[in-house]
Amino acid sequence: MRQIDVGDVAETVAHLFEHSCHYLPEDVLLALQHARGREKSPAACDALDKILGNIVIAGKEQIPLCQDTGFSIVWLELGQEVHLTGGDLYTAVNQGVHQGYIEGYLRKSVVSSPFSSRVNTKDNTPADIWVDIVPGDKLKIIVMPKGGGAENMSRLTVLSPAQGRRGIIGFVVDRVDESGANPCPPVIVGVGIGGTTEKTMMLAKKALLRKVGEPNPDAEVAGMEKEILEQINRLGIGAMGYGGSITALAVHVETFPCHIASLPVAVNLQCWCHRREEAIL
Amino acid sequence: MAQARKVELPLSDRILRELRAGDNLLLTGTMCAARDVAHKRIVEALQQGKSLPFDIKGAAIYYMGPSPARPGRLIGSAGPTTSARMDTYTPCLIAAGLKAMIGKGPRAKEVKDALVQHGAVYLGAVGGAGALLSQSIKKSVVVAYDELGPEAIRLLEVEDFPVTVINDIYGGDLYEEGKARYRIKP
Repeated sequence: MRQIDVGDVAETVAHLFEHSCHYLPEDVLLALQHARGREKSPAACDALDKILGNIVIAGKEQIPLCQDTGFSIVWLELGQEVHLTGGDLYTAVNQGVHQGYIEGYLRKSVVSSPFSSRVNTKDNTPADIWVDIVPGDKLKIIVMPKGGGAENMSRLTVLSPAQGRRGIIGFVVDRVDESGANPCPPVIVGVGIGGTTEKTMMLAKKALLRKVGEPNPDAEVAGMEKEILEQINRLGIGAMGYGGSITALAVHVETFPCHIASLPVAVNLQCWCHRREEAIL
Repeated sequence: MAQARKVELPLSDRILRELRAGDNLLLTGTMCAARDVAHKRIVEALQQGKSLPFDIKGAAIYYMGPSPARPGRLIGSAGPTTSARMDTYTPCLIAAGLKAMIGKGPRAKEVKDALVQHGAVYLGAVGGAGALLSQSIKKSVVVAYDELGPEAIRLLEVEDFPVTVINDIYGGDLYEEGKARYRIKP
């Protein structure tokens, strides 16, 4: 058994949130630069120039890319040969969020009592923590500070199996169309198909963890991703909704077997400011 | 893209008449930062005839809740939030004299109607560009509801703050017009 102290987990979580709010992953930056190269709309190009300028200033001046430093989502892939010591894992992750958001001067955007007093918890806890047990003796920590504007545009539906491929594409494209400028396009579109309702929501969100534009390894699914992306980019929304031909940078679809009576589909939209980072202990 | 036009806040009636959806502007002057809870409180104060923490006549409101300032800085990241959440409160504020709103994302029909009726404009700032936008903020003072943290009301002095006109006083709408221009019908 390999031992990992949960104090190291807390430190890592703190660092990952602070760093991810100031620096975008390379694949996201490349996708944005590529979009700027292909866009013809002057208004959208101007918005993309400001977006690219923002990325430079954020890193140089140590100012968060976006003031909405999100709800703190943490995925842990815990090797089954790991023995965690020094305390409770969930407490440690929340301790990391507390530390990262306070010491990193990140915005605290979480309120308790969601339908009544909505009081700020003042350290962005509690985090949204998911643990997968995997083979091996490592612990992989993935963080995603998820902004409210894009998250609010997410939707779930359960189609009739007869609606099939065409029904799925229609639902996803309509969702992006109706969301318009709200989720800060150009967006990354996470899609979950199959499983149960909660499973498909998680598939849609986890689809965002893939490198931007990397196709699903299944050729049939990859073909659907391509078709949805083409349809979305014909909507005309463009960067910041100012009109243009790049509304989405990528569409990522993840699938799972489902019940004979069901065809659940979930859409999770991610803003251009797609912050995610990971570390392995 | 036509070069951005420099304009002073508060917006004069002449400027308001000249602005058209799609115009790029650089704003200089004073604006007020307020978002969700602050709007609820402002509207309640107006309905009860109480005084407001800022003068609403001719005012510009920026829908923004910043990240905390690092030591030695006056503000953190400071980009726009989704404007639609303020739609319920906005027609009442426009009727009370609000002339400019800065945010991101489309407005409800009631807001767009109020803009035309009272001659006010809705301006878009680039969402997610909070680091870049913070560079145009030269002063930031919390004037009310400090306990709300990022949702407190702030008065901001800005210089060449970049925005795009989304809705002008004539009913022009950049979101609608831009989308129509680049949409490819199936």
